[in-house]
Amino acid sequence: MIPELGHFALVAALLVALLQVALPALGVWRRDRRLMAVASSAAQTQFLLILFAYLCLTWAFVTRDWSVAYVAANSHSELPLAYRVSAVWGAHEGSMLLWVLMLSGWAAAVSVFNRRLPPDLAATTLAVLGAVGVGFLLFILLTSNPFERSFPVPADGRDLNPLLQDPGLVIHPPMLYMGYVGFSVAFAFALAALISGRLDAAWARWTRPWTTTAWLFLTCGITLGSWWAYNELGWGGWWFWDPVENASFMPWLVGTALIHSLAVTEKRGQLKAWTVLLAILAFALSLLGTFLVRSGVLVSVHAFATDPARGVFILTFLAIVLGIAFTLYAWRAPRFVSVADFALFSREGLLLLNNVFLVVAAFAVLLGTLYPLLAEALNLGKVSVGPPYFNAVFLPLTAPLAVLVGLAAAVGWKRAKPAEVWKRVRVPAALAVVAGLALPWALGHRTLLAAIAGGMLAIWVLLTAAQEIGRRVLAKRDRVQGLLQVPRAVWGMTLAHAGLGIWVLGVSFVSLYSVEKDVRLGPGQAAELSGYAFRFDGVEGRAGPNYDADHGRVEVSHGGRVLAELEPEKRRYRASGQVMTESAVDHNALRDLYVALGEPIDKARADGDWALRLYYKPMMRLVWWGGFIMALGGLIAASDRRYRLAQARETAAVRAEALA
Amino acid sequence: MKRGTLKSRFAPLALLAGLLLALPGAPLRAAELDAEQQARYQTLINELRCLVCQNQTIADSNAPLAADLRQQVETQIRAGRSDAEIKRYLTDRYGDFVLYRPPFKAKTWLLWGGPFVVLLIALAVALRFVRARRAAPAATAVDAAALRQVLADEAGDDARRPPENRS
Repeated sequence: MIPELGHFALVAALLVALLQVALPALGVWRRDRRLMAVASSAAQTQFLLILFAYLCLTWAFVTRDWSVAYVAANSHSELPLAYRVSAVWGAHEGSMLLWVLMLSGWAAAVSVFNRRLPPDLAATTLAVLGAVGVGFLLFILLTSNPFERSFPVPADGRDLNPLLQDPGLVIHPPMLYMGYVGFSVAFAFALAALISGRLDAAWARWTRPWTTTAWLFLTCGITLGSWWAYNELGWGGWWFWDPVENASFMPWLVGTALIHSLAVTEKRGQLKAWTVLLAILAFALSLLGTFLVRSGVLVSVHAFATDPARGVFILTFLAIVLGIAFTLYAWRAPRFVSVADFALFSREGLLLLNNVFLVVAAFAVLLGTLYPLLAEALNLGKVSVGPPYFNAVFLPLTAPLAVLVGLAAAVGWKRAKPAEVWKRVRVPAALAVVAGLALPWALGHRTLLAAIAGGMLAIWVLLTAAQEIGRRVLAKRDRVQGLLQVPRAVWGMTLAHAGLGIWVLGVSFVSLYSVEKDVRLGPGQAAELSGYAFRFDGVEGRAGPNYDADHGRVEVSHGGRVLAELEPEKRRYRASGQVMTESAVDHNALRDLYVALGEPIDKARADGDWALRLYYKPMMRLVWWGGFIMALGGLIAASDRRYRLAQARETAAVRAEALA
Repeated sequence: MKRGTLKSRFAPLALLAGLLLALPGAPLRAAELDAEQQARYQTLINELRCLVCQNQTIADSNAPLAADLRQQVETQIRAGRSDAEIKRYLTDRYGDFVLYRPPFKAKTWLLWGGPFVVLLIALAVALRFVRARRAAPAATAVDAAALRQVLADEAGDDARRPPENRS
């Protein structure tokens, strides 16, 4: 009964979504405020209905209702409660439900927080979000109904994919989807601007916090995904340029570009048409990502939910959404095109360059991701495009960004004198050069040119970020007052940039100085890696809640001092028989020591030798810290009270104008 | 990334490979290569694709084929073959699909060159956009009437604005 209620709620949500499109659109056309106002209540109703459907599905999981096909396929009687709740988004149908839940959640949030928007703009924005919702609800109801029953009812479920039975995976998809779907708000604002023909500083100010919020969720989601893969996949890697990883990374790159061009549009009224295009592209890439993940067109490690029929639906939907968006753009955007009112060497100019590099980097990722498909379609044979390609192409396209970050902060709007800028940046530049040269040596690594370059860029970004705050504090006579007066937007920007610096440092060092070794060890034997001794203390059998594990013990010591007792596991999940590697890591800020159990070499003997994988990964943590610090920066920037005050003030002005 | 399923799908193969290779597994002996050979071995196995896996290097995969290919790479390094020779040996058998670093040739020039060509075009467009400003006609003489009109409009705007707006 409850699954049927959920199904019914989804159908009702679809009808409400249709109303959310039709009535406000009619209202905008006939300038009828009452019809426009329907948008808000429809958005909120739609959200509540989908939330109800979502809870129904969760209920089916919690109560182990095997008559629901999706539950039976993705849960098991022994599955712990926390994973039964997160199993809702463990496969295709449920993750699409989570997707529309978030979409409607974003729309409801727009309807609540943007009550002060001009009514026609709010109505158009919500109508666009409603239209996107219609597409995805239809997709769920027609091709991916999570509430479908199956008879006869199986005796037990087939279990959740063991890969997903990890705390990292409990929060990774929701975060990622919040980001993906969040760009729909920027998209809806962009379409509303195109439809209304109005695009001013106020529009940019309304759009900014939404975009930043979506971006920070996406940043968190990607970072968590990387962290999860590192812990769970047992190959010591944190990024493989897998198509599905790329699918989340492309909207991130374009979203980052959008955040920066929105700043120019708000502060200087420039790059308007470009900003709108980026908003469309960011969402387009989110949809493309969904298509790539859900259709299974790409051979991918993540393709655990693949179905070509669904791919065709999403591709058609993608074509319709983009067709409409780009037609509108081609028709309306020319009116936003203005002559550049800035020199190249100005903050606007450097932000434009930032956009060029980010968008071209996103293009490179897109090309590399789709090239195998393209080659096959053109009968060029099967090609693999993997990490060596992406690293070779991506690095030269993004390294200039790190230089630009530091420079843009020191350069004024409109135009700048190189001599003055040089005076500002020469100290951080010199320090970065010295620190970059010294870092590999100070940390006891071989001297590599790439590491020096990476270190220099990282320190440069960090120092110029600190300088931004320093300048603002020193400008005030009362330093404490000066510090308190730094707006949150600036704190957020500075933190995000510092996060980038930390990330660059981590990526450079972990990529260049990681050491890995496959060894065969018997109990009591030890292997050496980068000066660390790993002593294998054998393996014992252990039973988990829904798996049986070979539980290994490895003692790590350095110069005779014991550092850690690592306990890597190999788990065999009872329901599916799948084997998972659970690596064990000892970490601090400077290095990770990572152990994964391979195979028992002599299966007949309980105390036989084992194959083990050992990794030494310097500065691994900085990669994730960098990501989370960026996201934190986004959070602080999005919470700047300026957005709310400005909104209140503008609305007053709009109302006054309407009265006059 | 379904290691488990893969394993079960290739279970008969695994058994066969196990008999042929006579465990212990291939990668373990690679530790006996000298430091320079070991480095080449690691680089190579991290750039070669496991052909039966979904998207994994032969370094990461536990599939029997990956173990076999690792063994191949190791044997050939030991035999003194160069990286290029080893790669040619593999592409002769498996095609370019086995290489995660696509070779630069006619069918991949778009892949390798595309991003940089697009970068050059994008930079040129951005530069032109910024330069266009200088070409735009500069206001040489002030049209007094127009200026007065603008000022009058602004004053009008200010007067119309509600008081709370002035803060």
